[in-house]
Amino acid sequence: MNLARAVEQPAATLRAVPSGNLRRRHVLDLEDFSPEEIEEVLGTAEAMREVLARPIRKVPTLRGKTIITLFYEASTRTRASFEQAGKIISADVINMTASMSSIEKGESLIDTARTFQAMGTDVLVLRHPMSGSAHLVARHTDLAVINAGDGFHAHPSQALLDIYTIQQRFGSLHGIKVVIVGDILHSRVARSNIWGLRKMGAHVVLCGPPTLLPADVAGAFGLEGLSVEVNLDTAIRDADVVMALRIQKERQESGLLPSQREYVRYYQVNEERMAMAKENALVMHPGPMNEGIEISPTLAHGARSLVEAQVTNGVAIRMALLYMLAAGSENE
Amino acid sequence: MSRSILIKDGRIIDPRNGMDAVSDLLILEGKVAEVGKALAAPEGTLVLNARGLVVSPGFVDLHCHLREPGFEEKETIATGTLAAARGGFTTVCCMPNTQPAIDTRATVDFILAKARSEGAVRVLPVAAVTKGRTGGQLVEMGELAEAGAVGFSDDGDPVADPRLMRSALTYTRPLGLPVMDHCEDPSLSGGVMHEGKVSTRLGLRGIPAAAEESMVARDILLAELTGGSVHIAHISAAGSVELVRRAKAKGLPVTAEVTPHHLTLTHEWITGDGTTEAQQPAANTGYPYDTNTKVNPPLRESADVDVMVEALREGIIDAIATDHAPHTIVEKLCPYDEAAFGISVLETGLGSVLSLFHQGRIDLPTLVARLTVGPAGIIDHGGLGLGTLSVGAPGDVTVFDPDIEWVVDVERFSSKGRNSPLHGRRLKGGVVATVFNGSVVFEGSREAVTDGR
Repeated sequence: MNLARAVEQPAATLRAVPSGNLRRRHVLDLEDFSPEEIEEVLGTAEAMREVLARPIRKVPTLRGKTIITLFYEASTRTRASFEQAGKIISADVINMTASMSSIEKGESLIDTARTFQAMGTDVLVLRHPMSGSAHLVARHTDLAVINAGDGFHAHPSQALLDIYTIQQRFGSLHGIKVVIVGDILHSRVARSNIWGLRKMGAHVVLCGPPTLLPADVAGAFGLEGLSVEVNLDTAIRDADVVMALRIQKERQESGLLPSQREYVRYYQVNEERMAMAKENALVMHPGPMNEGIEISPTLAHGARSLVEAQVTNGVAIRMALLYMLAAGSENE
Repeated sequence: MSRSILIKDGRIIDPRNGMDAVSDLLILEGKVAEVGKALAAPEGTLVLNARGLVVSPGFVDLHCHLREPGFEEKETIATGTLAAARGGFTTVCCMPNTQPAIDTRATVDFILAKARSEGAVRVLPVAAVTKGRTGGQLVEMGELAEAGAVGFSDDGDPVADPRLMRSALTYTRPLGLPVMDHCEDPSLSGGVMHEGKVSTRLGLRGIPAAAEESMVARDILLAELTGGSVHIAHISAAGSVELVRRAKAKGLPVTAEVTPHHLTLTHEWITGDGTTEAQQPAANTGYPYDTNTKVNPPLRESADVDVMVEALREGIIDAIATDHAPHTIVEKLCPYDEAAFGISVLETGLGSVLSLFHQGRIDLPTLVARLTVGPAGIIDHGGLGLGTLSVGAPGDVTVFDPDIEWVVDVERFSSKGRNSPLHGRRLKGGVVATVFNGSVVFEGSREAVTDGR
């Protein structure tokens, strides 16, 4: 694709990507995405990555569009990368956090969202600690909603950037074995990846302490392309990608884990364990990392690590999502 | 409004008296006067033609939340009893999670007085087990029974302390009143829906069936130890039914109730795909994380629902109770975790449970029994004559059409609680008239709704 044309006519350039599938108003989860839709997001992200490679990273695509990021939880990379993504494509981005808004005064989520609707917001990017919050706002307002993480439920932009990162390294996800390690029970990243990775042809293995695996995984997601293994040394064999999840201290306090020491012993992703995976196997982490706990520091920053690529790709994926939703909003 | 009513040519189902036949029913001076063919009525009698309709004793609801005193924005005795009348219930037992809780004679007196002056049907208060429902000190059970309480419950919460539950059962035994327990081990619970495949998929914290089952087991053991009567409120898990079955086989004083939603809906409804076999075909108006599906105990799996239906049919479960729990929109228009537990049930309960009849799983006399003589037997030990059409019993009658089709519209509820996951769904079977103490307190449409209205 030609960079200059991407700047002058971004819409025309992006139309070269297979289109017509992303007719959605919201991005709430990957469960209802078709593989073609995911391909379209990845293709659009590829065009966006070229923009990111330019010395002056700015295109006028979403000039005059307003994006609000509304975050009820602390976040570094997701919030900053949505903001950066919006600004590169010239949208006006307003960042709201719970502590600096009327939420502090007890305003409900719906009333806050309706306020933004009345202001003429084009896209609301919502992070909320409760599962289903993005669905709630999508149902009860006219806003286009991107779910930037809701409780334990979904984090679709994270899964899309993970898929994109794996595809970059392996060419395709077909037949790729991805082991997701850690606190699956409380992980929205795991849930969105379970849907997304399998739609693209990968095999997903969930691995973690028995107390941090959710009930009836087979009933919830179906066992096609999915398995569960409590022993990491077994799970990691023949893996192409190992994704470590953040483990939170509270899990010990609430009686789900004996100790951090025992977790490290059985579930830390480190060099010795990666030696049991495929030779060229790579390591991912959605961040923020507890280095030395769920992942060893040398691995996190070594040659096998995709952690920084994930962050860079996250901006491209979020540019693609914002473009695809906000550019479509004028056609209604 | 007449105190003399003749209901003609209806199919009278009175399970208490083993009756199921087309006949006439005469009510004089607020009481059942005669049942028989071609009855003559004194001049001035209101005559209701019930040809093609079922004539049943007025339904008895062991478990509803009228919210007054204290939460009048959710429901009042006036609106709640009107909703009851629309649903065919002529007697409702109101739960004590009011503000103040029903833990003194004064509050019982207030409710009974309010019900007499503003209520459409009979209200029987269930008093708290402990003062303020805090799980601490027992209420003055003797005086509350004297004042008119028909049972004791800390509903909304279990009686968590087994020692206190033992005392409550021991103390109530000579009073002859049941302790109605909301069985849920609080430390095993802490979730917002049934723990299983759907909670895993939606990322919602689960409530395992064992949270209910373990406390049902405890209560049964304590019933055996004390001889006091335990009534298991809103039973929902298959394992709990098995425990009750064994307790009854041993002859223990244990009874149980089940709600219309636990007989017909599953946890799949929380995904928005509420198309259980128990439901009449209708456009799926569901959506994921509908907080109107949030209820405690939670909607469980289809295997649990099947066990509930079978146990109800067999009589292991004695009664259908609504657990009518009205809430305001503010308490439901929020994330699932934050939403209040509860469904507004009084006006949809009959239509829901009649789906079991239409599927051929329970016959009409059995369903009527579980709405009348079943619950009456738990709270009325002969004094009131509820749940039957015996001569001399109160003139409480529900006339319903099992085949009338209608679409649930919460905006037309008499209840203030519009929190129903059935909004927009088609139900088959509805109340045509409700008679309480010889007065018509509700008269419904006899026209089936065939379109989307």
